[in-house]
Amino acid sequence: MTDYLLTGARPLGGEPTDLLLRDGRIAEPADAGKKVVRVDADGLVALPGLVDLHTHLREPGREDAETVLTGSRAAAAGGFTAVHAMANTDPVADTAGVVEQVWHLGQMAGYVDVRPVGAVTAGLGGSILAELGAMADSAAGVRVFSDDGKCVSDAVLMRRALEYVKAFDGVVAQHAQEPRLTEDAQMNEGTVSGVLGMRGWPAVAEEAIIARDVLLAAHVGSRLHVCHVSTAGSVELIRWAKSKGWEVTAEVTPHHLLLTDDLVATYDPIYKVNPPLRTAADVEALRAALADGTIDCVATDHAPHPTEDKECEWAAAAMGMLGLETALSVVQHTMVDAGLLDWAGVADRMSVRPARIGRVGDHGRGLGAGAPANLVLVDPTASRTIDPADSASLSRNTPYTGMTLPGAVVATFLRGRPTVLDGKLC
Amino acid sequence: MRRHLLSGADLTREDALLVLDTAAELRALADRPIKKLPTLRGRTVVNLFFEDSTRTRISFEAAAKRLSADVINFSAKGSSVSKGESLKDTALTLEAMGADAVVIRHSASGAPHRLATSGWVRSCVINAGDGTHEHPTQALLDAFTMRRHLGDLDGRRVTIVGDVLHSRVARSNALLLSTLGADVTLVAPPTLLPVGVEAWPVHTSYDLDTELDKSDVVMMLRVQRERMNAAFFPSAREYSRRYGLDERRFARLPDHAIVMHPGPMNRGMEISANVADSTRSVIVEQVTNGVAVRMAVLYLLLSGPDTRLDDEPAGQEVEK
Amino acid sequence: MTSAQRSGLDLDTSRVVLDEADIARAITRIAHEILERNKGPQGVLILGIPTRGVALAQRVAAAMSRVEGVPVAAGSLDVTMYRDDVRLRPARTLEATTIPSGGVDGATVVLVDDVLFSGRTIRAALDALNDVGRPTAVQLAVLVDRGHRELPIRADFVGKNLPTSLVERVEVLLSEYDGTDAVVISAAAGGRA
Repeated sequence: MTDYLLTGARPLGGEPTDLLLRDGRIAEPADAGKKVVRVDADGLVALPGLVDLHTHLREPGREDAETVLTGSRAAAAGGFTAVHAMANTDPVADTAGVVEQVWHLGQMAGYVDVRPVGAVTAGLGGSILAELGAMADSAAGVRVFSDDGKCVSDAVLMRRALEYVKAFDGVVAQHAQEPRLTEDAQMNEGTVSGVLGMRGWPAVAEEAIIARDVLLAAHVGSRLHVCHVSTAGSVELIRWAKSKGWEVTAEVTPHHLLLTDDLVATYDPIYKVNPPLRTAADVEALRAALADGTIDCVATDHAPHPTEDKECEWAAAAMGMLGLETALSVVQHTMVDAGLLDWAGVADRMSVRPARIGRVGDHGRGLGAGAPANLVLVDPTASRTIDPADSASLSRNTPYTGMTLPGAVVATFLRGRPTVLDGKLC
Repeated sequence: MRRHLLSGADLTREDALLVLDTAAELRALADRPIKKLPTLRGRTVVNLFFEDSTRTRISFEAAAKRLSADVINFSAKGSSVSKGESLKDTALTLEAMGADAVVIRHSASGAPHRLATSGWVRSCVINAGDGTHEHPTQALLDAFTMRRHLGDLDGRRVTIVGDVLHSRVARSNALLLSTLGADVTLVAPPTLLPVGVEAWPVHTSYDLDTELDKSDVVMMLRVQRERMNAAFFPSAREYSRRYGLDERRFARLPDHAIVMHPGPMNRGMEISANVADSTRSVIVEQVTNGVAVRMAVLYLLLSGPDTRLDDEPAGQEVEK
Repeated sequence: MTSAQRSGLDLDTSRVVLDEADIARAITRIAHEILERNKGPQGVLILGIPTRGVALAQRVAAAMSRVEGVPVAAGSLDVTMYRDDVRLRPARTLEATTIPSGGVDGATVVLVDDVLFSGRTIRAALDALNDVGRPTAVQLAVLVDRGHRELPIRADFVGKNLPTSLVERVEVLLSEYDGTDAVVISAAAGGRA
């Protein structure tokens, strides 16, 4: 296996140093032999490989939108070394068979570690538990369970799920959306929805579920993870739950850190997403919460959709946007360049903490000698104008088209082997 | 004027007055033996109706025909919203047919906006009602009718009563009438006022009775009976008692005040039969005026340089 | 702001070809000619073409009335919707069409306009008139005929024949609109009066 010597890299944005990657681990640079491949990392920031807790790879079922292979490539291009593949595929990832298939496809693709997420309820139906233990015990070793796209709204079922996964150190990742309050909802409920005549999606529909779930988690002593937190009120609830010492974690998407609901006035469904884009005040609160750690991590909710599902009326369009290849740039723009988070903080929120929540052993372990050689080199001085045609994803539904964002992934290494080099996929 | 009419907010005060003044001249033609004008000869107007609305379609059709445009009625009803791609395919068909204007009615809010900005067609797009969003030509004909009875709308008090939340008529009227200087009050039970209505250029009230004696115009909105099942109000009877325009309330209006309704009416629900048929009800006249206003809109949007000749499709426009 | 300023007339390069008295004389003469041709005011309907034709029509009608001692009806006929350049120019504001009681059926209609140039406005007016009713005869009176006809149309009554070049502008100013009476010709390029 080839050794790589990354020269002049700045670990977590610190002082420049050399990093040696040998046998899948980070080694002392002094041990570099003559046959080493040198990578000029002068001025580049080195971060542990990013870990996404929330990715839709669409396979099996919607291979026209994304496959495990194309999604893995997009992930590597975005600096990720591990992704959690959401369960809302067709068939639903609610059995050991399906999660093992997805896990296996990830292994074959080889760009990132694909960690399947198991469904909480059979067929995402919300009525009976899926075989959570079987998925945990499978080769895929599922630890994160979610009905993402749908909320586990039945309080009893949610309680049982929270309790049951304790047996194998699992966590339920809840898509917090009270169904009755969001029937046919199209966008954030607020001034803009009133003017546009769109059915609103009130913040309380998210917050009411989070409030209930943190209380349930506390009651049964379980871990709870809250998917894609999008409102200032949700942040307050999570802050309160954490202050009680309860094991509650939360994620925010890059788009909720940057985009607001006034974009919906274009009626362009590229901005249609679940949970919906919220107000500037919510964006402000989410950034602050990510900075102070109330929100633990950034998760992309990368949701590829074929062109025809977005080239239509708003009401008919699919919800979701691409995120893997732009996540780090959006975080740099909204957090690092805004002075809210340093690169060590980025490593914590995009690698260390998500790996810990998902129990992904080999990731998020830092850049010290002996750690698994999962890392990404970022050029923070670069800037790029987003063109969907450049995407490694099968889909093109990025909301950032035409925007100029800072930062570029120069290289990504998975267990010491490059998946991206010179900014190009290997 | 802008190239499309999608919202009441697309019209400046000058634009709105130009439409209304033009409509006033065209209204006079309704009394002539020969109602037809040659103005839009050779132009094609497509009525693209994804939702049934015989009265609006007929009104646009009459307007276009009186201006000698060729009219194609494209009833796309049944193309359900779940088959969303049909909007694009339909648009491409219209573009291939050389439509100069597309009059679109759609159940999805924003569908006309989508048609106008997606680059699929080069035609002018006129919103004939989209979802629970807007219906700008209805607002224009309402303003036109008010002007005929009350003169300048500056400072006039217009009370719009009913299901504002789901009403495209209310949205367009609130925007247009305030542009024209009128003082608009929306009256509805709190469940039927949109979130964020505080930001609209209007007043709001939950109590119809306190608004009556200062109103120059009372516009009653249609209330769908199915709203009852969604708990917006307890019963038709209670709604009617609190927000219906009956004889007792009608008697409290100033003598010059007029009563309007965009139709179709639920007699006995939001408006009593006697009020609807009273001499101060201008509901039938609204229909007549609709043709003149739509003629004015078609004339103003379609005259001038042929945009189809020098405009390439704009392509996907994403505003950042 | 005067009309001259509005229309960008440069008064240094323009000259007055008819002044107030000239215009008054021309209108009086046209009134006499109309009466003479039609053997009196009976059955004659004067219709001005907006904008300035309307005021001229009223003046002509008033002059006829003074001569004959009976009221002579004047109205207006908007031709905007009948123009052949609807697709070439931005939308024009509609003007009023006012047909005096009695209508045009069986009447001799005298169309009145300020300047006769290409003839296209009169073509539009004939079409517009056709949709209003069926006159016995249609005659045309203009204050200025500047030539350059593009259609087989000629005026029956002309205030002044004014040979012009195509690049010249002819502007009729009337006190009803402009505060003064004058016909001004200028070398300013581009405009077609």
